Formats: sequence, C-alpha cells, structure tokens
Amino acid sequence: MALKRTNKWLANHPLWLGVFSLGLGTLGWYAIIWAGELPPFILPAPHEVLARFSRALSEGILLRHAWVTLQEVLGGLLFGSGLAVTFGYALAKSKFLERLLAPYVIASQAIPTVAVAPLLVIWFGPGVISKVLVCALIVFFPILINTLFGVRNVPEELRDLMRSLQATPAQTFRMLEVPAALPVLLGGLRIGATLAVIGAVVGEFVGADKGLGYLLNLARGQYDVAMVFVTIFSLVLMALSLYGLVVLAERLLLRWRRPENEERIMIAEVERLQ
Amino acid sequence: MPENEVALSIRGLTTTFSNGNGGLLVFDGLDLEIADSEFVCLLGPSGSGKSTLLRTVAALLPPSSGEIRLKGKPADGAPPSVGIVFQDANLMPWRTVLDNILLPLDVKGWDPERALACANEMVGLVGLQGFEDVYPHDLSGGMAQRVAIGRALVHDPDLLLLDEPFGALDALRREQMGMELLRIWEARRKTVLMVTHDISEALLLADRVLVFTERPARVALDVRIDLPRPRLAELRYTAEFTQLARKIHSAIK
Repeated sequence: MALKRTNKWLANHPLWLGVFSLGLGTLGWYAIIWAGELPPFILPAPHEVLARFSRALSEGILLRHAWVTLQEVLGGLLFGSGLAVTFGYALAKSKFLERLLAPYVIASQAIPTVAVAPLLVIWFGPGVISKVLVCALIVFFPILINTLFGVRNVPEELRDLMRSLQATPAQTFRMLEVPAALPVLLGGLRIGATLAVIGAVVGEFVGADKGLGYLLNLARGQYDVAMVFVTIFSLVLMALSLYGLVVLAERLLLRWRRPENEERIMIAEVERLQ
Repeated sequence: MPENEVALSIRGLTTTFSNGNGGLLVFDGLDLEIADSEFVCLLGPSGSGKSTLLRTVAALLPPSSGEIRLKGKPADGAPPSVGIVFQDANLMPWRTVLDNILLPLDVKGWDPERALACANEMVGLVGLQGFEDVYPHDLSGGMAQRVAIGRALVHDPDLLLLDEPFGALDALRREQMGMELLRIWEARRKTVLMVTHDISEALLLADRVLVFTERPARVALDVRIDLPRPRLAELRYTAEFTQLARKIHSAIK
C-alpha cells in the first residue's frame, strides 16, 4: 500500500523520479563492487570517480580536452548537416539526381565510419579537421534522408495552392518547403547530434593528441579506470546537452505542434452549433 | 451573354491525360460560359472531369488545346486571380488562423499593414473572431474549412473555385457550412464555380447547375435555379425543389 502510494507520488514528480533512479543505479554500482570484490583499477566506486572528476576539472585537463571535442562535434555537425540538407533538397527536387547519386549515398551509409576514420587522419592530419570530417560523415546520412523525406512529403495540395497564387520558387521554398520539412529535419538533427559525438571520439581514437577520445585512450593505457569513467560521463553529458539543445529548438520552432487549450475550442464549437 | 458580363469563358477545351495505352480524353472541345457574380454548381458522375476543369481554370493543369478567359484575359498568359478551396482545408499547420488567411497577401507582397487589416476583416466575415491565434491543429473540420474559405477570398480574386469543399464534413455541419457560404457569397458577390456531389446542396446554393456527362465530358444539363433568395433549408420540401432535384438526378448517369 505504502509502496503503491510512493509509486504514484514519484510518477507525478518526474524530477524526484530521476533522483530516485540515479540513487538506485549508484547503489547497484556499489553492490557489484562489493559482491565481486573488484579492485579500483577494474571498477572504481562512484565516489572515486567523483573525486577523479573534481581533480581533472581543477587541473583544467578535462575542460581543455572537452573543448577540443566540442569544437570537432559542432564543426562536424554544422558542415555535415549543411552538406546533407543541400544534397537532400537537390535529391528531393530531382528524380534524375536521385537516381544518379543514390548508389553513392547508400554506399556512404554502408561503409562503417570506423573504417574510414584512419584514411581521413592520413589525408587530413591528426588535427581537428580530420575529426570534423569524421563527424560530418557520420551525421550526413540521417540528415540527408530526413531532408529528402521532409521535402518529398510536402502535401501536393499545398504546392497547388502556392502555384494557384503564382508563388515564385523562392516563396514556395521559404513559405512552404522549409516550414513543412522542419519537423523531420530537426528529427534528423537530433539523431545527428548524438552521432557526431561518437564520430569525434572515433576520430580521436585513430590518431590525435587532444580531445576526450584521446584522454580516454591515455587513461586506459595508465590503468586510470576512474579517469576512463570520467571521460565517458563527460561524453554522455556532451551528447545529452546537444540533444537537449535540439529538443529546445524544436519546442521553440514547432510551437504549432503542441495541442493547446483544446477545451476552449470545443466549447466554442458547441456554442456555435446551438 | 454580353461580353462584359462574362466572368469565365471556356472555348473548345480539350484535355488528354496520357496513360500507358494512348490517352485518356477528359474534355473534347468543351464550351462553357459563366456570368459575373454567378454561383454555378457542377455535378456529374465521378471521374467525369469536374476537378480537372477546376484545376485547368486555376492554371494548375495545362489544357491540350482550347482557350480559357477570365474576365476577358486569357488564363495562360497573365495569370488568373483565383481562390481555391479543396475538399480538405489544406491549411499550413505552422501558421495560425490569421496567418493562414494572410498567406495569399504574403505571396502577393502586399503592404503588411493593409494586408493585416484585410485579413482581420476576413476573419470576421468567416466568423472566426477570437480564433486568430489558434493553430489548425486545434480547429474542428468546419472551422478549418472557414479558414480555407477566408484564405481563398482574402486577395479578392476574380473567381472562387470550390472542389467539394464540404465533402469531408458530416451532414449537419455540411448544411450549416452551405448556409455560411451563402452568407459570405452574398457579402462579396464573387463568381463561384463549385463542384459537389450533393444535389440539394447545389439547389440551395446555386444560380445555375451544370451536369457533366461521362468522359469526354459535355454539359448534359444546364439549368437555371430561380428559387427565391435568401434560401432556407426548408425550401427542399417544396414541390418546385423536388422537381428540380429529380431533373438533375436523372441527368447524372
């Protein structure tokens, strides 16, 4: 009975539910260490990871490397999605282009990014540029596909409407295609944001002297497992923040999708009928 | 009909859709004239080219041959000024009621202040005061169709084209919207060409009813409806009404 009431209370307070879930996870973590009698160089305890985190933060290593990775991720996201949106739009508008480029587009998806990353590092050096390209490559496909579908799925009747008003192609693009494709495009960007973080780490694994991926590799080599956890959590935090930013953009730009004051309209309709 | 009273004139319209085996002849030299401010309802068997005619008049579909003149201007040269309402309201879900009605004025590049005044007046005319900032997501079918009618009229087009505008509504709502359309039409006195399947709807609304034959479509029946206005729903129980309805019904095969 008491458990049931707690359940209900937690369901109504999502923040506390999150805290509760986090607490449960931490407890489980300690339980595994205790049950397996694991030493810190195999599985460090949560408080050890936390201590390592604060040390890395105060030494400035963490922020320095995170900043490099963030730059790579944002650069890759910008470049990759810019390219993907341009290509996606062109492919959506032209069947010929779609047929011409489809094999390459599909091939670009079939090649595992991990396999191309070494090539990019050879060609573009161990600096930031090769990582930006890995990120761009990994986000390219989902955003391309989403743009393609977004533009293709613009209702034909709305196109007819624009044509009956003699809208110019630029007007149709601005007033119809962009807003109509935006929800799907932002959906692609949401996926791309997390994928870009993976891309950056993959690139840094292959060859780099900066970035969270490099830091993770370094820590692993020194059996500093607590530091490995710190970098993993930092990467998760980065991916979640980017994801959250896209969700925020969706909330702002797609306000029209949220159902609002349904009741008021129902009432007005009923009154009109009487 | 004197030249200056003709709003829409169609001469020798021939339309062929190409499909796998040869072509599908929709119109073979169709002639039609609609007078200024006339409300014309178009009926006919499904697939007889009613919607095709509307799309051709709106210059969405090029005719194979023939001439379409709107207020004397050929439709293919200087683009026609038409307003269209489709069976589905086809509103832009990211635009509010007011912004949807503003769309034609945005496209035509009107001065924003004048456009807003015009759109607000239209919101009043279609009976949506208080709903200016509501998104289509939250509108009922009937209300969405009111927005569509407002959007079709806001730029003061030469011709209003309605393609089964109330086809998606239930019977009660349909009748209400018909009456609303009449009220709006009486306020603006547009030339209207409306496709419908509903004979009594046509009789309640139109000055003139046209019935198409099967493909290639010809005008099988062209009847003037002289029932007194304003017309009320009760009209349909009169002998005159039923007689007309029967005549139209037998013309649709």
